[in-house]
Amino acid sequence: MPAICLYLHTHQPRRLRNFSVFDIGCEGDYFDHEKNRQILEKVARKSYLPANRMFFDLVRRSRGRFKLSLSITGILLEQLEAEFPDVLKSFKDLVDTGCCELVSETYYHSLASIYSKKEFKRQVELQNQKLKNLFGVEAKFFRNTELVYNNSIADAVNEMGFSGILAEGWDEILDWRSPNFVYTAKGNSLRLLVRNYRLSDDVGFRFSNRGWKEWPLTAEKYANWVNLLNINSGAQTVNLFMDYETFGEHQWEDTGIFNFFEDFCWRTLASPANEFTTPSRLVEKFMPAGELDFWRLVSWADTERDLSAWNGNKMQEAALQKIYELEPLVVLADDDDLTHEWRKLQTSDHFYYMCTKWFSDGDVHKYFSPYESPYEAFIGFMNIYNDFKIKLENKLKIKNQTKVNQ
Amino acid sequence: MDSAPLKILMFGWEFPPFNSGGLGVACQGLAGGLASLGAQITFVLPKKLAGDYRGICEFVFADEQKEYRQLAETIAIDSPLSPYLSRASYSTALGGYEKIADSGIWRKDLVGEVMRYAELAAGIAKNRDFDVIHCHDWLSLPAGLAAKKASGKPLVFHVHATEYDRVGENGLNRDICLVEREGLRQADAVIAVSDYTKNLIIDRYGVNPDKIISVPNAVNHDEFLAGNAAEFENLKKSGKKIALFVGRLTFQKGPDYFLAAAKKAAAADPDLMFVFSGSGDMERWLIEESARLEIADKVIFAGFSRGDDLKRLYKMADIYVMPSVSEPFGLTSLEALASGAPILVSRQSGVARMVSHCLKVDFWDVDQIAAKIVAAARYSELRQTLRDNGLAEVKKFNWIDSARKCFGVYQKVITS
Repeated sequence: MPAICLYLHTHQPRRLRNFSVFDIGCEGDYFDHEKNRQILEKVARKSYLPANRMFFDLVRRSRGRFKLSLSITGILLEQLEAEFPDVLKSFKDLVDTGCCELVSETYYHSLASIYSKKEFKRQVELQNQKLKNLFGVEAKFFRNTELVYNNSIADAVNEMGFSGILAEGWDEILDWRSPNFVYTAKGNSLRLLVRNYRLSDDVGFRFSNRGWKEWPLTAEKYANWVNLLNINSGAQTVNLFMDYETFGEHQWEDTGIFNFFEDFCWRTLASPANEFTTPSRLVEKFMPAGELDFWRLVSWADTERDLSAWNGNKMQEAALQKIYELEPLVVLADDDDLTHEWRKLQTSDHFYYMCTKWFSDGDVHKYFSPYESPYEAFIGFMNIYNDFKIKLENKLKIKNQTKVNQ
Repeated sequence: MDSAPLKILMFGWEFPPFNSGGLGVACQGLAGGLASLGAQITFVLPKKLAGDYRGICEFVFADEQKEYRQLAETIAIDSPLSPYLSRASYSTALGGYEKIADSGIWRKDLVGEVMRYAELAAGIAKNRDFDVIHCHDWLSLPAGLAAKKASGKPLVFHVHATEYDRVGENGLNRDICLVEREGLRQADAVIAVSDYTKNLIIDRYGVNPDKIISVPNAVNHDEFLAGNAAEFENLKKSGKKIALFVGRLTFQKGPDYFLAAAKKAAAADPDLMFVFSGSGDMERWLIEESARLEIADKVIFAGFSRGDDLKRLYKMADIYVMPSVSEPFGLTSLEALASGAPILVSRQSGVARMVSHCLKVDFWDVDQIAAKIVAAARYSELRQTLRDNGLAEVKKFNWIDSARKCFGVYQKVITS
C-alpha cells in the first residue's frame, strides 16, 4: 500500500451582516457576529470536536503510526481563541502529539496570490506567526486558498522559505503522470504534492451520494482501491486532501462517515508495512519524480478546476478588483483595525457567494451560501465596500489634517 | 399526437392589441402554442358589437425551429365583458353604451351579464363538435360550465387569478368567490399558472391537489429581444436611471408600494426616475400622492402602453419592479427579462419561485424595495449579470412547452 498522506483544510469565513445601501456612510459593523458564532458552534459540535477526538484516539491507540496534516485559517483560529477555547484546545492536543503537521496558508483565506503578491506575502507571514504563537510550530509546507496554484505562485512561496506546497492533481497538468508521487515546482526546488482528486472526492463528495454506483462505500472497498494504486503503478503516496468539515458537516454523522474512516484507518494500520504520513515526512523519504509545469491557474473547485467560482462573472470581477484597489490607501492609513477589516473582506467566500454558475440548478454553491441569491451577496458586499471606502478616506483626511497641524 | 386533431372549444379574451392586461397576452400565447401542436381551436370571446360575429383568426407562431401557421375559428359574442371587471367598473364600462343596454341585449349588472354570456355559450356548444372545453378565469367560467352541461364534454378551468389575488382578503366579492368555488368543484381539471396559485386554490377553495396542474405562462422571446430604447433616450443620456413599473394601477399590483419605495430611493439617488406604465383605479391617487411626497418631478405616469411602446419601456429600464401584493404569475416580468431588463419581483408572485436570476422582496418591505432599486441603479455589474443570466433563463419559458402540458391535461380528462 502507498503511504497515506491525509491533509484537511479547516476554515470558517466571517459572514457579513445584511448591509443595505441606506447603511452606507453610517460606518456600522460589517460582520454578523451572532450568526458566525452560531454556525461555528454547530460545526464544532458536529465536526471539529468529534473528528479531533477520533484523530487523537487513532494517534494514541496506534502509538503514533496514524498521522495527518491540517491547515486552519487565521480568522478561524482567532474566532476559536475568542469564543471556543475548548475547541482550540482540542486542535492543540492533536498537534501536540507530534503526529499532526500544520500547513500554512493565507491568514484570511484570500485570493491575494492573484491580486497582490505583496499582500499575499503579508497574509502568509501573519499566518506563520499565528501558528507559532498558538501551537509553537514553524510551518514548512504551504497550501494556497482553494489550492489555487501556478508556477508564479510557486515562485512566491519558494521565496518565502517553504519547503513544499500542495496543489490539485489535475489531469490537464499531469497528463500521463500520476498524482501519487513527489514532484517539484517548475524552475525551483519547492516540493510539490498533488491531490488524488478521485480518491479524495470519493470521501469528500460522493460518500453519502446514494446515486453513486459505488454507494455505500465500505472501508474494505476503499482500502482495496488504495492498495491497487501500489500494485498497479508503484504509487508512493496517495494524497487525500479535503475539507476538514467532510467529517460530520458536509457528510453528517448519520451517513456513517466517522465509522467508515476509523475502520479504514485500522484496516490500513493492521499491516505493519502500511503507513500514514505527512507532507514533510513524505518529501524527506522520497526523491521527486520530476517537475510539474502548472502553466495555468488550477484550483480544486468545480469541474473546471479554475477560478471561475470566484471571479467568473462581472459582479465578482468588480468586487475583487475594488477591494484590492484599496491596498495603497489601507497601507497609507496604517491603522490596525482598518487593515484587519479590509483583509476580512478579502476572504474568498464572499466572492464565492456571488457565483452564478449553476445557480438555477440549486447546487453545492447554494448549500454553502448564507444569501438568498448571488445578487444579494454582491449587493451586500458592495454596500459594505462603499462604507469601508468612506471610512478609510475619512481616516486619511484626519491623518493628513494632523500632519498639517503638526 | 393522434392523427385526428384534438378539438378545443376555448372561452378566452381579446388578443393584443385589444387587450387590457396579461390575460389577453396569455390567451394568445397559449392558443398559438396549442395550434402549433395541431389542435383545432374554436375561440369564443366577448366583443362589443351588435349581432353575432364569426371569423377566422390565424395564429402565427414561431419558435427556434420553424414557423407555424394555423387557422382557428373565432366566435364573438356581443357583450361588454372584459377581464378585470368589478361590479363598479362594469357600470363604468357600460357608460357610453347605455342605449344598447336599455335595448335589452346587455344586462346592467356584471353577474347578470356573465350569466347571459353563459346562456349564449351553451347555444354555441350545442351546435359544435369538439373534445374538450377550456375557459380562462371566472368571467368565462359560467360559460364553460354551461357548455359542459350542454355538450357533456369535459371542462378545463384555467386560473390566471382568483378573487383573493385581485382584491385581497378584505375586498372579496361573495358572488364572484361563489362562482369560482363552484367552477373549481365542477371542472374536470384545473390549470393554475403557477405553484403559488395552485397552493392558493388548495388553501382558499379546498380543491383536491390532484385535480390541479401548474402550467406556467411564457413569452415570445424574439418579440422582446429586438428593438431599442429610443424613448427617454435624452433622459438616459443625462445620467438618469429608470425604475419601471408595468401593470394595472390597482390594489393587486402594489403600485402604492412602488411609490413609497420611490420616495426613499430618490432620496438616496437623485438620478433615479420612476415610471408607471398602466392605468387603473388608483391612478389619480398615485398622482396626488407623488405630489404629496414631493417627488412629482421624479415620477412619470406613462399611461397604458402596448406594443412597441411597451417594448421600448422595458428596454430602457435599469430595473423593472413588480411589487405585486398577490401575483399568480407575473407575465410582465418575463417580458422584461426577455427584453434584457433586470427584474425585482415580490415573493408573493408565481415567477418569484420560477426565476432564479432576479432580485426578490416582500411586497410590504418598502425599505428593501428601495434599497434594491438603489443598488441596481448604483452597481452596473449587478445589472449586467442579472441581464445576461436573465436572458438565458427566460428561454425556459415557451408557449409550446406550456401547450404540451395542457395537452396532457386534455388527454387525462377526455379518457377518464
